[in-house]
Amino acid sequence: MDGIFLQQMINGLTLGAVYGLIAIGYTMVYGIIGMINFAHGEVYMISAYLAAISLAVLAYFGLESFPLLILGTLLFTICITGVYGWVIERVAYKPLRNSTRLAPLISAIGMSLVLQNYVQISQGARQQGVPTLLEGAFKLNIGEGFVQLTYTKVFILIAAFVGMALLTYVIQYTKLGRMCRATQQDRKMASILGINTDRVISYVFVIGAAMAALAGVLITMNYGTFDFYAGFIIGIKAFTAAVLGGIGSLPGAMLGGLILGVAEAQFSGMVNTDYKDVFSFSLLVLILIFRPQGLLGRPHVAKV
Amino acid sequence: MSSTLASKRFDVKKSLVDAVLAGLIALIVFGPIVGVVLDGYAFNLQPDRVAAMIGAVMLGRFVLSLFLQTPRGLAILAGFETVGSGVHVRDPGYQSHLRWVLPLLVVVALVFPFFASKYLLTVVILGLIYVLLGLGLNIVVGLAGLLDLGYVAFYAIGAYGLALGYEHLGLGFWSVLPLAALAAALAGGLLGFPVLRMHGDYLAIVTLGFGEIIRLVLNNWLAFTGGPNGMSVPAPTFLGLEFSRRAKDGGVPFHEFFGIDYNANFKFLFIYLVLLLVVLLVLYVKNRLTRMPVGRAWEALREDEIACRAMGLNHVLVKLSAFMIGASTAGLAGVFFASYQGFVNPASFTFFESALILAIVVLGGMGSTVGVVLAAFVLTVAPELLRSFAEYRVLLFGVLMVLMMIWRPRGLIRVSRNGVQPRQGVAP
Repeated sequence: MDGIFLQQMINGLTLGAVYGLIAIGYTMVYGIIGMINFAHGEVYMISAYLAAISLAVLAYFGLESFPLLILGTLLFTICITGVYGWVIERVAYKPLRNSTRLAPLISAIGMSLVLQNYVQISQGARQQGVPTLLEGAFKLNIGEGFVQLTYTKVFILIAAFVGMALLTYVIQYTKLGRMCRATQQDRKMASILGINTDRVISYVFVIGAAMAALAGVLITMNYGTFDFYAGFIIGIKAFTAAVLGGIGSLPGAMLGGLILGVAEAQFSGMVNTDYKDVFSFSLLVLILIFRPQGLLGRPHVAKV
Repeated sequence: MSSTLASKRFDVKKSLVDAVLAGLIALIVFGPIVGVVLDGYAFNLQPDRVAAMIGAVMLGRFVLSLFLQTPRGLAILAGFETVGSGVHVRDPGYQSHLRWVLPLLVVVALVFPFFASKYLLTVVILGLIYVLLGLGLNIVVGLAGLLDLGYVAFYAIGAYGLALGYEHLGLGFWSVLPLAALAAALAGGLLGFPVLRMHGDYLAIVTLGFGEIIRLVLNNWLAFTGGPNGMSVPAPTFLGLEFSRRAKDGGVPFHEFFGIDYNANFKFLFIYLVLLLVVLLVLYVKNRLTRMPVGRAWEALREDEIACRAMGLNHVLVKLSAFMIGASTAGLAGVFFASYQGFVNPASFTFFESALILAIVVLGGMGSTVGVVLAAFVLTVAPELLRSFAEYRVLLFGVLMVLMMIWRPRGLIRVSRNGVQPRQGVAP
């Protein structure tokens, strides 16, 4: 029992760290333009494909050392996914800045269908995979069983932590971060003060996509398999994490991710694996009903 | 001013630069995903596909860039800055030409099935089911402005209501039809009541989550719903008469009772006619509802919620009524779908179905009835005719949704209303 609990704790934390990374994209976009970016899950899915492609190409050129492989893959995936984030914003959301409230949401759903089908057509519908990059694990004996902490999971936790720390630094201490925060607080005022808010919005989409790309590489490393449909479920769960932490709040997204990951892992360890998605979605519905502002968010106040 | 416009018109250099930039971005974006196809842990290169896509993007960007420099294009660009008004108001005395066309259409629709082949009949039934779904979602999304992404859940409640009602309670088509509408409306109310109080965008996510919960439960609860294998559904009956060649338990089948030759189409003919009646009824009810205070309240709430609440509208109840009426329509459609297929399984109720119904509403025009009916037929019948494009169907829907939102967020067919004339001789 203790062994299972600890093992699920480890699984949950790694999964939750990744949810947190994706949730950042939802929460930043929502904070800045008040829109749910439905295509964000698909951005994550594309980054998983890019990671696998990069690994395959690097392996083809005979690269075998783990640090070089992972560094190359991260760099490639994050850059290209960032461009995806920019293009999606430019094509599907920017022309709708002054449109009706529903228009960007519907456009985002359309974009999500387009991305899913585009990957399905170009890469085929079958499941794809990557080889295990990091072999081996720490083993801890507890009671009757043992707890396994693979090196991959250690790497994921470290990488996710570094990614979040880097983002916090950028948002808190750089000029770009100040511009983002100013735009989030009051877009009109920020543009009066000389901030190019359209460009800041583009940056936010790129940052969100880059974080999703980091998550994509890490999840692909951990599970090894993915398909074109992978973005849908993970997208909703990351959104749940963003809402749980309080949408619009960066620390909230990270905290929400960790809590959701652990809760889901414990649920599948103790109750039932088949219903773990049902559990997460029910959690989402319940949070939205009883505490829509989340753990760290501020209540929504409508202003005229 | 006009001279600068004219000189700008043929600024080909700018368009060329735009095209080259777009091509570069297309190379970065499409290069890896389209050009490098994964094959196990190895890959195949497909440079020709990438080249074709980049060529298409560059050409498209070039033409678009040139077009946006023409006066027409400039007008469209300026149009992005404004929010068009929602409804086109006609003169008070205006009478639509549709009043001649509609009875004709109804007569054609009533006579048509007796001459149609079975294949055509089934395609049209499917089209009508989506008309029903589109009409229901149109009330929720188009009129009340609530984005419901789990609409398919209510459709599933209707379909599984028939299957489960038959299996566990021995209910048939006729008794389930009203019950399913009621059950779906009840589910909509239960879900909607706590959720509709919140900020609009959250509703989309909650309904999306709800739709997935329903699908996952149907998929995983093997003992009750049969899991992924699905359940069989009883064939509909007419006053207790079955449409099969031989009736079960010594009953009399439909064709023997009326002394006509057996025809395998009877079942579909029957479903078609009942479905047509229900669609006409829903059309009529919707038409009346939009003129009633509650219908006006839906649209007012869609345009400005804060103003409506300030005027004393109970926004939760008004939204709830739209949500429940929409849900019950989906429940009805579900019953028809189940008896048309003779079988239900969770694969019919994925998020894609919700997106398809949403595409129907968006394409037809938010709030427009004629548009939704047309769009439902175009989007469901066209794929049947263009089987070879089946692979690109979803892609096309997605592109259409994005383009529609950019080009005409209010839909292809504008909603038109007759204006109101103050009555003569009444003191103001």
